[in-house]
Amino acid sequence: MLCQDCNNREANIHLTQIINNEKVVLNLCKECAEKRGFHSPFEQMPFPLAEIVSGMVGPSKIKKKGKKSKDDKPDKKCSNCGLTFSEFGHVGRLGCAQCYSTFRPELTDLLRRIHGSADHRGHVAESPTEDLKEFREGKRLRDELKKAIEDEDFEMAAELRDRIRELSVKEKEEKS
Amino acid sequence: MFEQMAKKPVAWIIGKGPESEIVLSSRIRFARNIADFKFPPSADTDTRDKIIEFVKASFDSSGLIDDGNFYLSTEINPLDRSFLVERHLISPEFMKDGTGRGVFIDNSESLSIMINEEDHIRLQVISSGLSMTECWEKAHEIDSKLSQKINYAYDDKFGHLTSCPTNVGTGLRASILIHLPGLVLTREIENVISRIAKVGLIVRGFYGEGTDVLGNLFQISNQTTLGRSEEEIIDSLAKVTQQIIEYELNSQETLMQDAADEIEDKVWRSYGILKHARVLNSGEVMNLLSALRLGVSLKLIDKVSLQQINELLIITQPAHLQKYYEREMDNNERDIVRAGLVRERLNQE
Repeated sequence: MLCQDCNNREANIHLTQIINNEKVVLNLCKECAEKRGFHSPFEQMPFPLAEIVSGMVGPSKIKKKGKKSKDDKPDKKCSNCGLTFSEFGHVGRLGCAQCYSTFRPELTDLLRRIHGSADHRGHVAESPTEDLKEFREGKRLRDELKKAIEDEDFEMAAELRDRIRELSVKEKEEKS
Repeated sequence: MFEQMAKKPVAWIIGKGPESEIVLSSRIRFARNIADFKFPPSADTDTRDKIIEFVKASFDSSGLIDDGNFYLSTEINPLDRSFLVERHLISPEFMKDGTGRGVFIDNSESLSIMINEEDHIRLQVISSGLSMTECWEKAHEIDSKLSQKINYAYDDKFGHLTSCPTNVGTGLRASILIHLPGLVLTREIENVISRIAKVGLIVRGFYGEGTDVLGNLFQISNQTTLGRSEEEIIDSLAKVTQQIIEYELNSQETLMQDAADEIEDKVWRSYGILKHARVLNSGEVMNLLSALRLGVSLKLIDKVSLQQINELLIITQPAHLQKYYEREMDNNERDIVRAGLVRERLNQE
């Protein structure tokens, strides 16, 4: 069998690579296998995130240059770093933190599709100013309380209400 | 650079810790960014330099970095970069672009912090065996300290903001490096992989078909970072890992019931080749060491320890060999030197 990359040398390395949990069989010669980075088993496999993200954003949302149709909306652009949403669709990477505000509705949708959720449930980032941290924690708890009530999880709601109360008592104490 | 490190066993692969017969190492990685700077891929050189200065200053004032060294990527030559990748201290991505990046590595090699990889800060804690909680606690402590100095790019809804949307939220990637020879030999591995995928985890790594197996080493990590707490992500990975360990042990038992002679032969044959071969390429070494590792797990052989095998898995890698012998070598020379090093180590009984 010939190497599938160079079609020249004998393929003596038969690899089964897992990309996105799909099995891909590769038949390569030693040289081409090394070119693909197979010399180190501890190297992470290339994971085509950009492709996935671009695929998820979808061609309908990415305008082709020069082509205009009736329902085209102007391409959004981040005022801080200059990235447009269609550019993001191509590279799969955002330019700065502000992009998340600029493209908030689109990213909310995208994050839901990637993660199954667009709401952070992990630890709240501490910040150099304590006030901000408490404000963030309070907001997160209130969001969770709203969700618990919607889900009719009243036990959880009661617990959250108590934690919000504790937090506001703490805030008052600190202010006085 | 790194000459001392090259002679030292890799701390995270010492073959100790819970389940270390099957799980080689556990790793926690956080992606973090600073609120006021563009993400590294779109930042210019000046900005990248400023970010490095800023993060380094935060390290210093938080007292985090007493026990380690900081390296600018431009100070690290290509061979040393490959060496650090093989040691899991930097990512292949970090290695590619030589400018405007830096990495802090602590002396125990359990902590490394990359600056200006895909995100401003990539913090990693790695340790031997199935020790996810230990890694998480350490990483969380350092992250908390850093967050008191650095205003992270954080959104009340989305959580931590990252260059790639796949890391948003917790910015957490928890992963384990696991050795599954039984599942590969019984051809159960594909079933297991597809089951793992269904619970939101991802399997990376590579292996050959049938007997042409490359190391039987797999990396399993969480696929999503948003919508679950850090504890939930870690807990789910740890639980699935326990399950996979059980599957692996069952497979090993099946093998010993159905094909004990063949397995025993495979183990001892591998030992024989490793002990006497004059030329060994890196793929072959991985396969033979994997068989030997299986033999140790099954208590078929007691001439080598897990630690010795784990160490050989690392030091026979191309860049490690060259660092160890302190000279650059081509493929052919490496294969000869590799065989020599393996013989030397295995004859030290």
